[in-house]
Amino acid sequence: MTITFRKERLDRGIKARSADIYALASWRELAYLLAPRMLLIGGVLAFPLLRGLVDAYWLRVMLMACTIALLALSWDLMASVGLVSLGQAMFFGIGGYITGYLSSTLKWPPFITIPIATVAGALLCATLLYPVLRLRGIYFALITLSLPQLFERIIEATKILGGTDGMSGLTPLPDITISLYVIIAVLFATFFGFRRLIDSDYGLVFKGIRDNDRSVIAAGINIYWYKAQAVFIAGLPATFAGAFMTHYNQFVGMSSFAADYSVLPLTSTVVGGIGVFAGALLGAFLLVPISEVLRAYGTLRVVIYCIALVVFVVGRPEGIFRYAQRKYHQFERPVAVEE
Amino acid sequence: MANPILQVDHLTKRFGGIGAVYRISFDLQPGEALGIIGPNGSGKTTLVNLITGFVKPTAGRVTFRGREITNLPAYARVELGIARSFQMVRPFYNLPAFKNLIIPLFSPRVGKRVGGKSGNRDEVAMHLLEEVGFERDSQVPYKVASSLPHGYLKRLELARCLALEPELLILDELFSGMSMSEVASVLPLIEKIREQGTTIIMVEHRLRELFRIANRAIVLNFGEKIAEGKPEEVIADEQVRKAYLGSEDA
Ligand SMILES: Nc1ncnc2c1ncn2[C@@H]1O[C@H](COP(=O)(O)OP(=O)(O)O)[C@@H](O)[C@H]1O
Ligand SMILES: [Mg+2]
Repeated sequence: MTITFRKERLDRGIKARSADIYALASWRELAYLLAPRMLLIGGVLAFPLLRGLVDAYWLRVMLMACTIALLALSWDLMASVGLVSLGQAMFFGIGGYITGYLSSTLKWPPFITIPIATVAGALLCATLLYPVLRLRGIYFALITLSLPQLFERIIEATKILGGTDGMSGLTPLPDITISLYVIIAVLFATFFGFRRLIDSDYGLVFKGIRDNDRSVIAAGINIYWYKAQAVFIAGLPATFAGAFMTHYNQFVGMSSFAADYSVLPLTSTVVGGIGVFAGALLGAFLLVPISEVLRAYGTLRVVIYCIALVVFVVGRPEGIFRYAQRKYHQFERPVAVEE
Repeated sequence: MANPILQVDHLTKRFGGIGAVYRISFDLQPGEALGIIGPNGSGKTTLVNLITGFVKPTAGRVTFRGREITNLPAYARVELGIARSFQMVRPFYNLPAFKNLIIPLFSPRVGKRVGGKSGNRDEVAMHLLEEVGFERDSQVPYKVASSLPHGYLKRLELARCLALEPELLILDELFSGMSMSEVASVLPLIEKIREQGTTIIMVEHRLRELFRIANRAIVLNFGEKIAEGKPEEVIADEQVRKAYLGSEDA
């Protein structure tokens, strides 16, 4: 008989208890629970203060990461009702073009055009997608894939909205630090808002439609109306991102419908973890900087996204967030095994 | 005679040329309990799907409370007060049993009455589960649906219908897959619902239990109505014995 050791994984006691806030036994436990959140939130909040210490380039990367994170949250909320989108760029582009149009023709300031573009854009997108909300899975995905390209071609062919030149010289945003804090605030508001929404009974209907639409219909609920609401709500952060970046760049053009705005949010969510909004955030804040570092390698970047996508879909479909969360809440110890 | 709550008029459904339901008509008075019987594949579930809007008819009409609903979507019929159970249960498998009732309790039909707070809905859901025989003090209402035995899922299906406070309750083979004791515990509940004035349609193979509820029955065979009447008349019918009971007698 030999004795070998194998590793045993146990949930830390606190994990089971922390479902109920009153069960927290001490400040230490509270700190244990809050530490990862505070570290991430604090890190994001502190980043813009690094201005002067880091290259301004990295502040712009941060801005891009926030943009993609907003699109990724948007993607994930749509997925929660069973709508898989390959075209978040449509939301981004429509938000951008509405704000661009208002700004260049009416000369309204950004703090008016951005909110209008956000709400009107999301409404427009929900209306446009309404007829195809009956489609499921791959069919819905294919339609969303083609829509941003359709808009590009329409603008190109009809030369409306500035045609291939786009609209430039739009009112700029105040300064990058302030801009960063605005987008970070919107990002956190979206994140906490979506989390609250999906944990509510209203959110339960969303997930019900995704998992079992027949039972939701049998409960007397109009699933297409709910899907339309989901598209509208999910559309808000995405159209905001488009409008915001339009003013930041002082320009909107066909590039606002670029595939990057569809592929990066999707990849971020898959890498970070579908179905937990924190996963979408984590994914975006990892992928965007990595992709910037790889910019020197040109289109090789796309190859890297694809590899990341394949690795995560095949190897770790739960995503980084759930994996890390599990590891954090468990500890390993060797136990003797008799053979 | 009072106005019928439900009128089914020459309802017909063909699936790619094959007739599943052929020219079926009947009226249902408020408070009545109708049994639908017939061999497997005779079109009972299709008839239920036609009445509830889950399948669109090839021809014919459905009228509920004097209003034609033939082309109304299924969810809107629920809003009018028609609730149905499914023969093949498909709950929200990854939700706890009581959370399965939150979605119907959130629906436009009962949402306002139940109240806006999620706590209210949880409380109503627990009460409904207790009514269909989930032991309140046990862990059963909190278990995820995927871990529950089939009999519990059938009763959860009934609770889902009751959550909608239906005026017309349609039960498609609710008792199949339930144990004798489960049937015995659910039967008085359905009797009580009938006595409270809810109109009931029951598709059921267990005739003894069915006729404790139903005061009238129609018999389907190959999609056609071959008999209609009081339970004892229907059972005595020669054609019915041949089509349906024949196999049991043999
Ligand atoms: N969705 C469908 N597509 C094609 N054929 C169907 C469909 N639903 C039912 N049928 C056919 O219709 C007939 C009646 O089925 P059904 O209504 O389920 O009978 P029952 O409930 O009495 O057992 C059967 O021959 C069945 O194969
Ligand atoms: Mg059937």
